[in-house]
Amino acid sequence: MDLLKFFTAGSVDDGKSTLIGRLLYDSESILADQLEALQQSNRKNDDGTIDLAILTDGLKAEREQGITIDVAYKYFQTERRKFIIADTPGHIQYTRNMVTGASNSDLAIILVDARNGVVEQTVRHSFLVSLLELKHVVVCINKMDMLDYSENAFNAIREAYAEIAQKLQLKEVTYIPVSALKGDNIVNRSQNMPWYDGESLLGHLESIEVNEDKKSAQARMPVQWVIRPQTDELHDYRGYAGRILSGSFRINDKITVLPSGIKSEISKIEINMQEQDVALVGSSVTIHLKDNIDIGRGDILVNSSHEPILSQSIEADLCWMDTKVLDPSIMYLLQHNSKLTKCKIREILYRVNINTLEKVDADSFQLNDIGRVSIRTAEPLAFDLYQENKLNGGAILIDPRTNLTVGSLMFRANAE
Amino acid sequence: MNKQDTTYLDQLEAEAIFILREVAGQFERPALLFSGGKDSITLVRLAEKAFRPGKFPFPLVHIDTGHNFPETISFRDEMIVRIGEKLIVGHVQDSIDQGKVIEQKGKNASRNALQTVTLLDTIAEGKFDACIGGARRDEEKARAKERIFSVRDEFGQWDPKRQRPELWNIFNGKIHPGENVRVFPISNWTELDVWNYIRREKIELPSIYFAHQRDVITRNGQLMAAADCLNMDAEDKIERKNVRFRTVGDMTCTAAVESDADQIDDIIEEIKRSKISERGARMDDKVSEAAMEDRKKGGYF
Repeated sequence: MDLLKFFTAGSVDDGKSTLIGRLLYDSESILADQLEALQQSNRKNDDGTIDLAILTDGLKAEREQGITIDVAYKYFQTERRKFIIADTPGHIQYTRNMVTGASNSDLAIILVDARNGVVEQTVRHSFLVSLLELKHVVVCINKMDMLDYSENAFNAIREAYAEIAQKLQLKEVTYIPVSALKGDNIVNRSQNMPWYDGESLLGHLESIEVNEDKKSAQARMPVQWVIRPQTDELHDYRGYAGRILSGSFRINDKITVLPSGIKSEISKIEINMQEQDVALVGSSVTIHLKDNIDIGRGDILVNSSHEPILSQSIEADLCWMDTKVLDPSIMYLLQHNSKLTKCKIREILYRVNINTLEKVDADSFQLNDIGRVSIRTAEPLAFDLYQENKLNGGAILIDPRTNLTVGSLMFRANAE
Repeated sequence: MNKQDTTYLDQLEAEAIFILREVAGQFERPALLFSGGKDSITLVRLAEKAFRPGKFPFPLVHIDTGHNFPETISFRDEMIVRIGEKLIVGHVQDSIDQGKVIEQKGKNASRNALQTVTLLDTIAEGKFDACIGGARRDEEKARAKERIFSVRDEFGQWDPKRQRPELWNIFNGKIHPGENVRVFPISNWTELDVWNYIRREKIELPSIYFAHQRDVITRNGQLMAAADCLNMDAEDKIERKNVRFRTVGDMTCTAAVESDADQIDDIIEEIKRSKISERGARMDDKVSEAAMEDRKKGGYF
């Protein structure tokens, strides 16, 4: 049984929380005392049934305002898979939360209110999905019950969305007509839409293959920590601890340490204190090399046959995540996996109007602005392009005055 | 579920080890908050996997209310000897003796709320800049929104509105002097995941997790272990029952469930069938709908 991480985009009015509540409720993932608390709560739907949205509204402020203002994580499992849902708000002022949720997901659910069809925020959500390079998209056309489960309405929305998907180069889009409120096509196939012959949402989530995304020739392992017991019996033990971002490493593989560029070979791989011949993507491992080299946190081990880009000048997409506006005159900190270095925004190439997808000129970025920038780092970064290797192609910006995470970067080109 | 098919446990384990190593790499003086409960015992196993054959780059810190189950304390002491790591204990009794907190009176008195003060003092004394905890997002609604690296201000407070976005697997551990970060490596685990992992790894637990005969009383509809610290009186009828505990906290606020599950397989079956979620057996959450959120803002684990 494996794990699927997905996130949901849509605004309160689209019934996003209800959709998640319905997934949890109908897959029997709600425990009795949570259900009891739900039933005792004052919030009910107009017809007196339980308001399932309460299940995902975590914070007091949210309950008062009736909106979701952060990322909430929910967990459930079926016979076939375990799921982690990042429930993110859909309003434009919460773009940064959506970017956060999307960065940690394999799949995106985009919710469309069938009565309104494809609207401005549908374009915005889809743009974020393409920006974060999510390969799998499910468009849930919700509130079908309010349109008498009309096939024509569903088809019209599907055609309208297909144009956006093409424009944004979304690779795999699945369309499902649903009613989160009534439970149609969420967990069980709906009797109300015999014209729909696809799977229910849960059926699709259970069966979709996402692991092929993780196969890559680019073996990458940032060094987090060096294990050196320095005891009498382990005097020469020197293990480089880290998690494999992409690809795999084998004993005797020729590797390069970056940024230094020194080459060596793998002499030993340990996973959970046991020696292994091979370590696959996602594993937390300890790697030993044949040569005694000075390696520390911030270095990355890569296979010598597929080395990443090594550069100090990069073009990147930037999503600004702080209320303090971007200041191109100050030095930010850039964190790229275990590497921390100073960074300047040299030039803002353009800002994207995320509702219309137009590129516009900009002098600065405000909270939730997204666009292309050119950066310069104090030390060289060993990175891949985000579209080719997400985990080695993304970085965050930290404001040294506040220590807050103020921006996310998706590396798009070497500018050197 | 097929016992062999535990790919997801490998994924969760690798993530937790990654997070523990980030703590080691990013902070000067980290600590692991050890409660004696199954979640923090699981953290200890994960730390062994992350750092052996080296030593842990942090001590274990236990806040002892003085009302712990005796089984928990003896388990803790034996474990520390076995793993050969350092343990620091902060005593709530010391905070009471110093007049920093006042002991509650009456039947429902509990030191649970007092331990926040002892915890913050212990963090300040040790100058800890990162405290690793075993909290999970599936425990409670407020916790569902907690970051894996969660910054606390100099008063130990959590501000849900000022949480840092966490993208990909990049954790920002930069803080100002006086602040510290709470780190939750098993955020993405559920109760069942922890139990399945304990079974797979054959991790030892304090005996109170398993069904045993015990003297209990009924308070506010919940079964509580009969102990002096519960300020029992004539109204409290002591009964002998077969019970086990689903969480291990202070005796004054940790309720037992009637159970015959004395083996881990039975416990896992029981949880799967269970009608009460784990924190449902913690009286401290019942006070109000926003109880957990309020306590977290105040510096609770």
